[in-house]
Amino acid sequence: MTLRDLIDKLLRRQPASAGTAKQRLQLVLAHDRSDLNPELLEQMRREILEVVSRYVEIDMEEGDVSLATEDRVTALVANLPIRRARTPGEGGSGRSGENRPQPVSSPIRS
Amino acid sequence: MTAPSSRFILICSGKGGVGKTTLTANLGIALARQGARTAVLDADFGLRNLDLLLGLENRIVYTAQEVLAGSCRLEQALVKHKQQPNLALLPAGNPRMLEWLKPEDMRRIAAMVGEQFDYVLIDAPAGIEGGFRNAMAAAREAIVVTTPEVSAVRDADRVIGLLNSEGVKPIQLVLNRVRPKMMASQEMLAVDDVTDILALPLLGLVLEDEQVIVSTNRGEPLTLGEGGSPAARAYINVARRLRGEDVPLIDPSKERQGLRARIGRLMHTKIF
Ligand SMILES: Nc1ncnc2c1ncn2[C@@H]1O[C@H](COP(=O)(O)OP(=O)(O)OP(=O)(O)O)[C@@H](O)[C@H]1O
Ligand SMILES: [Mg+2]
Repeated sequence: MTLRDLIDKLLRRQPASAGTAKQRLQLVLAHDRSDLNPELLEQMRREILEVVSRYVEIDMEEGDVSLATEDRVTALVANLPIRRARTPGEGGSGRSGENRPQPVSSPIRS
Repeated sequence: MTAPSSRFILICSGKGGVGKTTLTANLGIALARQGARTAVLDADFGLRNLDLLLGLENRIVYTAQEVLAGSCRLEQALVKHKQQPNLALLPAGNPRMLEWLKPEDMRRIAAMVGEQFDYVLIDAPAGIEGGFRNAMAAAREAIVVTTPEVSAVRDADRVIGLLNSEGVKPIQLVLNRVRPKMMASQEMLAVDDVTDILALPLLGLVLEDEQVIVSTNRGEPLTLGEGGSPAARAYINVARRLRGEDVPLIDPSKERQGLRARIGRLMHTKIF
């Protein structure tokens, strides 16, 4: 945080716009460069989550699949907090994409 | 006989109106004054303006069109600048040329020009369609012009993608219409933000400058005069860097002196 940001906060002023411009640009360019529209990305995100959740139980709320770009290289970044691994029997069965409530306290077994 | 060292440089932007033609005219004059034989090609056949910015609009007899058709020699079409005979303009032909012009045509005409000049600057049209692709075919390297605004930077990025896929390199950046005050108050994208996002080396930084408009009114590029307006100095420095001279860049947010500038800097140092 800069002094300017702090003063903006205290005065309830809009923050300076350059930072917003930079963030918006980085996001829109990640999409432009990958040629993926938001719908396709959303579909891919859902499918990735589905596949991963066959093997481990992931936190659907926290899970995030997004595009990031640096030095003209675009990367698909997945951040999927694992609640616990599924037991072998469970994992092979495939269809377990639903958000079945599970005890949050279960330790991660692997 | 093509001088093997001839440089074919595309001046492009994606977004319209960011300063391509102004840069082409000023850079052309600056290079010529520094002793380089320089030709500027107007590749914006739809909306040609380079002749006007150079003050050569009344001296055009033939254009690229007649040269391509073989109905005149290149020498007849080239318009030499009176004060800077090292500079010549190859005017764009009729807008209807766009219907048949092919990338090969541009490549052929640029190669002809390259036989007589050290620098061939190609003023590209805005956009990323046919006209731009024709212009790009004539170039080996590129200067991308942008302003510190989201739409211009985004469009520049598209153009850089196309230049990369065509193997045009090096690609360098000129950031135009920079307003130091706005940058200092963080209401304009910082220079580093733009170069980081586009991942290009910075060839020059041109401030917003009223003299640019005055000079276009007269048809006398700023680099023609002795005046030291900020934009004139910037264009001269772009020419020197292009020729390999090591000219340091200024940081507009740090350039300003005095109490207000110091407070401005204080305002954007990180506190936690
Ligand atoms: N540094 C500057 N300071 C002030 N005005 C500028 C500056 N650079 C360019 N301009 C103005 O911006 C306008 C557009 O410039 P110019 O015609 O060079 O852009 P362009 O990219 O060639 O446009 P087009 O895409 O239509 O070919 C002109 O009116 C010009 O005078
Ligand atoms: Mg133009």
